[in-house]
Amino acid sequence: MSTDAIKTQGNTLTFSAIPAGEGLRKALAMPRVDIIDMVRDSKLKGRGGAGFPTGIKWNFAAAEKRTPKYVMCNADEGEPGTFKDRLILSEYADLVMEGMTIGGRAIGASLGLIYLRAEYAYLRKHLEDTIKRRKAENLLGQNICGVEGFNFNIMVAMGAGAYVCGEETALIESLEGFRGEPRNRPPFPVVSGFLNRPSVVNNVETLAWVPCIMVNGVDWFKSIGTNNSTGHKLFSVSGDCEKPGVYEFPFGITVADLLKEVGGSDAKAVQIGGASGRCVPKKDFERRLAFEDVPTGGSVIVIGPGRDMLDLAHNIMDFFVDESCGQCTPCRVGNDKLLKGVEMLKAGTCSDEYLDELKGLANTMQVASKCGLGQSSSVALLSIIEHFGDEIHGR
Amino acid sequence: MRPVVDYARLREEVMEVAALTNYNRASLIPVLRTVKEKYRGIDSEAMQIIADVLGCHPVEVNAVATFYAFLNPKPEGRFIFRLCRTYSCELAGKEEIAKQLSRNLGIGFGETSADGMFSLEWANCMGMCDQGPAMLVNDEIHTKLTPNRVAVIVQDYKKRPEAHTPARAAEQPLLGENPVECES
Repeated sequence: MSTDAIKTQGNTLTFSAIPAGEGLRKALAMPRVDIIDMVRDSKLKGRGGAGFPTGIKWNFAAAEKRTPKYVMCNADEGEPGTFKDRLILSEYADLVMEGMTIGGRAIGASLGLIYLRAEYAYLRKHLEDTIKRRKAENLLGQNICGVEGFNFNIMVAMGAGAYVCGEETALIESLEGFRGEPRNRPPFPVVSGFLNRPSVVNNVETLAWVPCIMVNGVDWFKSIGTNNSTGHKLFSVSGDCEKPGVYEFPFGITVADLLKEVGGSDAKAVQIGGASGRCVPKKDFERRLAFEDVPTGGSVIVIGPGRDMLDLAHNIMDFFVDESCGQCTPCRVGNDKLLKGVEMLKAGTCSDEYLDELKGLANTMQVASKCGLGQSSSVALLSIIEHFGDEIHGR
Repeated sequence: MRPVVDYARLREEVMEVAALTNYNRASLIPVLRTVKEKYRGIDSEAMQIIADVLGCHPVEVNAVATFYAFLNPKPEGRFIFRLCRTYSCELAGKEEIAKQLSRNLGIGFGETSADGMFSLEWANCMGMCDQGPAMLVNDEIHTKLTPNRVAVIVQDYKKRPEAHTPARAAEQPLLGENPVECES
């Protein structure tokens, strides 16, 4: 285990009030199709950032005839500024495994895999102990909770240090023993995923919400958040604020309200959604954090007054140059060009004509890259150029 | 004397891990993790053995090993210090920590100490953004680093018994480029 006590601050999470086992028992008392209906009706969307409706994903996988099927938990939380999944896995691993088990029941899978990032190796023992305990309590294993013929097991698979493996098809490639290079889609993993079998890949937080929905009901979940972004969301807050930590807020909270809660009201900007998200300047702090306004996987980095926005752009482009898998040209070469461009901006040697070319390149990368990495790596830079023109020029 | 690796033993260890998935290709990353952890490097002979066991080409083993940051085939130290370079840790003051680490370990980033004990690297976000600056030393996480604490932490690792026991031959880094020599 770790040498430092990992204390993450924050507010009280709904998860803390959901007893282990209850959501699963409720789900097992229902026909499979009702489980999927419940998840779909709740309008639960993927909490990793992409926001795909979970019920629809499960429905696709359930409709596939081929077996075996797999449920994967994406615990490759590599988005810069995100650490909510670490907290969930440390403190609410039961809920995550319960979400996987319910998913297994719903789609007809008997094996779940937790793809745990190498940086979180210290959580592995805790997860494996939890699996062991749940087996002893008949919440995993054979004939779970006395339901004849419902068998489901969970295994932990380790990542080895690659951001791109958070992309679901790259994650599957990695699980199969290959370089984490994203696949062409379609076919989507729900049709042909791990070992070319139907597989659902869900984020840690998404899975943890499933038993909560089972316990508290669809209406409860829909009563929170906005029309298109139902429920609570966990936010990982870091940077220049008084109280960094993991916070639960309903979707639709404004940036300003969030900053007030975490003691960061004097911020000049906020980087939302990690390196692949956008930079929101002070004048836009009334914008809402929700899929229909500013979408996010939960990463909120507060940028205090006096910080150089090009340092942020530099750090982000450095990151993407390092983490691009190199498979497709727009991403491999494009990120490198953008990084050099940021270095030129910092040195004051980037002409406006060249800056326009960089913007054109960034837009090309967004449409021409194969996966989410290259499609979103320039989002932050473009928003910084758009909102901080005075700061970028004049060097 | 150059370290001698017991490749027969290495093969057994590879087989043991691969058996868990019935020698399926899916065990490649667990196998590479095991070899890397034990031998701190993955040389061409080891890649050939892994390829034999899993029924693929050694080039594919090399392609996978070089893709992942934690499977670097190059021999590294017994303790790998990975300092987070992501923006939150940058705001929290990672540069001072980097200087202090480099000074205390006596190596730069990307280097391994001459005695084969320590490596120093940058790492991308390790999910400790609320408690930065953060670093991993092998699997152990250290957060809220200050230059002062770094000095103490490095001292602690230097005092660990593993940092002093002469390594058994099989635990020596595998690749020949490493200057480490066996004591016996």
